[in-house]
Amino acid sequence: MSLLIDQTLNGVQLALLLFLVAAGLTLVFGIMDFMNLSHGSLFMMGAYFAATFVALTGSFVLGGLLAILCTTLLGLAIEAIWLRPLFGRGHLDQVLGTFGLVLFFNDFVRLVWGPAGRTLAVPQALAGQVSLGPTFSYPVYRLVLIGVGLLVAAGLYLLVQRTKTGMIIRAAASDRDMAGAIGADVTLVSTFVFGLGAALAGLAGLFAAPLLTVQIGMGDNILILALVIIVIGGLGSVRGAFLAALIVGLIDALGRAYLPELLRLVLSPVAASTAAGALSSVAIYILLALVLLVRPQGLFPARGAR
Amino acid sequence: MADVTLLSVRKLVKRFGGLLATDHVDLDVRASETHALIGPNGAGKTTFIAQIQGELSPDEGEIIFGGRNIARDAAWRRAVQGLARSFQITSIFPQFTALTNAVLAVQAQAGHSFRFGRPALDDAALTEPAHAALSAIGLDHRAHVRAVALSHGEQRQLELAMALAMRPKLLLLDEPMAGMGRQDTARMTEILRKLKTQYSMLLVEHDMSAVEALADRVSVLVAGRVVASGSFAHIRADAQVRAAYLGEKHR
Amino acid sequence: MRQPSPRFLLTCALLLLLALAPLSATFVGNDYPLIVLTRVVILAMAAVSLDLILGYGGMVSLGHAAFLGIGAYAVGIMTAQDVTSGFLQWPLAILAAAVAALVIGALSLRTRGVYFILVTLAFAQMVYFLSVGLDAYGGEDGLVIPTRSQFGLLNLTNRTTFYFLCLALLVATIALVAHLARTRFGMVLRGAAMNERRMRALGFPVYRYRLAAFVIAGALCGLAGILLANHSEFVSPSVMNWGRSADLIIMVVLGGMGSAVGPLLGAMVFMLAEETLSHVTTYWQLVFGPLILIFVRFARSGLVGLFPERAGDG
Repeated sequence: MSLLIDQTLNGVQLALLLFLVAAGLTLVFGIMDFMNLSHGSLFMMGAYFAATFVALTGSFVLGGLLAILCTTLLGLAIEAIWLRPLFGRGHLDQVLGTFGLVLFFNDFVRLVWGPAGRTLAVPQALAGQVSLGPTFSYPVYRLVLIGVGLLVAAGLYLLVQRTKTGMIIRAAASDRDMAGAIGADVTLVSTFVFGLGAALAGLAGLFAAPLLTVQIGMGDNILILALVIIVIGGLGSVRGAFLAALIVGLIDALGRAYLPELLRLVLSPVAASTAAGALSSVAIYILLALVLLVRPQGLFPARGAR
Repeated sequence: MADVTLLSVRKLVKRFGGLLATDHVDLDVRASETHALIGPNGAGKTTFIAQIQGELSPDEGEIIFGGRNIARDAAWRRAVQGLARSFQITSIFPQFTALTNAVLAVQAQAGHSFRFGRPALDDAALTEPAHAALSAIGLDHRAHVRAVALSHGEQRQLELAMALAMRPKLLLLDEPMAGMGRQDTARMTEILRKLKTQYSMLLVEHDMSAVEALADRVSVLVAGRVVASGSFAHIRADAQVRAAYLGEKHR
Repeated sequence: MRQPSPRFLLTCALLLLLALAPLSATFVGNDYPLIVLTRVVILAMAAVSLDLILGYGGMVSLGHAAFLGIGAYAVGIMTAQDVTSGFLQWPLAILAAAVAALVIGALSLRTRGVYFILVTLAFAQMVYFLSVGLDAYGGEDGLVIPTRSQFGLLNLTNRTTFYFLCLALLVATIALVAHLARTRFGMVLRGAAMNERRMRALGFPVYRYRLAAFVIAGALCGLAGILLANHSEFVSPSVMNWGRSADLIIMVVLGGMGSAVGPLLGAMVFMLAEETLSHVTTYWQLVFGPLILIFVRFARSGLVGLFPERAGDG
């Protein structure tokens, strides 16, 4: 039972981490119809900034805030210098252009921080475990991650659904030209959304740093998971990204935990463990395939047919 | 022959959220007939055509063509069964020559295209009917010009040529004269008048002189509903129709 | 007798250059240029196969390298299972790639535009992770392939023989794709890339043709994977990470989409750039990245744009 709770919480924590990355990505896709493969690089930069600033300042909070700030500024700079020329050009151009940015950042990181990667320890104050019942305890840090993640998700929801800015964002995500036609400053909204996405990616990088190894290319895997999530959730929908992230996170965590056991019912232990390993990593792609069969436009498609 | 009904639309309904774009429309087209569909802007004429052709799915109602209800058929199937649509906003293959555009239309009706042998443009079975379709419209002298390099009027002609190249049982023409000047419009009207005898058409048009010259029957669509149907003279005298066109001058 | 077009002359020149490549060993004194060129030829073949669906068909597949991997792994796995006869390996490996393309294509082609790109990427990643999970065959570290495919009299271990085999297959692939583009089948693909809505209105069930093209492209790329496995005598998951798929797209776009010889030119220039840059600095991606962006902004029609074909759509 405690394994179930443990894995469920792990799944939720993974889901929120992925959501932070996916939310910015889906808004950029939805509003600007822009294929941004370099979003994972912002996540990576967030993690590297975090490792560096926390080491410099000695404070997780201060270092973390600096990291998020720098990632946001970096994101805005990228948008202005590298990405703006690609707006409005076809998706193929955007794939190529943003891929070039990924290459650039992978080597940039290697140049500045070296090939070895970095570590960031869980901050002292959050290092322990907390008991959540008579037989079960869970790492404080992960709980905090879940808490902050949910707060951010709630904040995003309020922003998108309840504020005027959010209304413009939703209008632009649904039909960019129309939103412009009725007077919304779509360029400003685009820049805002981009900066917001960068900040979220930076936050995700900060939180992920103590959990994963901070290394070159760490953004690639996250990016692809985030892309799967926004396809399942529907491009342009933050709600969809949240739901899809939850599904993906839970499938991943629970799959890894229970699949070996389930498979041992029908296969030999060796075969079961091999199959379980393979299936766990591809489980979300199988989910993607199922979603495509049933609902190719995603769970909550924000955009009308284009 | 004129008593055979080619197309029968019954109680067609299409909603877009709260908007009723097609409101229980009944309409039919008889063999060899040119049936014009007119109405003010926003009446839902293109939406209606799109549902018959298959680009849009109706919410309710039937579309009887070739003896069956095709309302759930995919657009490509309807084309193969003999429904050819020309688009209001020119939809051709800009980087292909006019001839290749027509060849594709012929090819679509020539069985499946899983053929890996002779190049399509070297196949007389395709190029001859394509040339014939272009000739019927008077565009054959421009056969080897890239479609994007054709004038607007020529592109509209190409739209029509492609529809003809499909050897259709029924033509769905959505404002073939859209965006044309007076000379081009007159020329196109003349082309359509010659085609009248060989083809059955459902013709959406704004240009009233063209409608008067071509239509055997006219139906008037206002806010998704057919408010009147009959000969051009009958329509012109109808009070409801005049009210709907209040402010719209005879072009 | 028609005047040969600049494009045709380019093709002949390139193929002549490649045919003379083995002579480089006598000049340079070692096999290194030949080895590099073999790899160029193999990747060019993969790029040409991608051009069928990307350049002619307008389908931006960000997962094409998966088929390279499938072809290569099929050979590796069969060799590990003591099946070394090329007559058995090669058809089975191509079949594996074709079946994978059928499944991936059937699902992916249900999506459009951006979704399609992302979905092909995701499926390729799935194949990548599956191969990482293949502990019995090396997993992430990869699989050594101790013997090349056996074809009786044809000895693939001889570098020159192998090179000419790869070159012959490349030429055949280019000829096949160029021919397909002009057939009725190819015209459907090209028309659908230009105006899918119109194609449906004319009466074409576009999905079927695209799926067929996807399978053909996957099978051809699988063949390139077979050659790659024989060439490197090694296969690892990194053959099909998404960066390799992006590389293939760059080769096609750099050379010129929708031209049979463009991807060859693109592959040659790409590999040349990669080789020279990495000798200049170890941080070559710092330069390469911006170069790609500059290329996209200013020279997008590709290098073959400099060598026009004769007019007409054939």
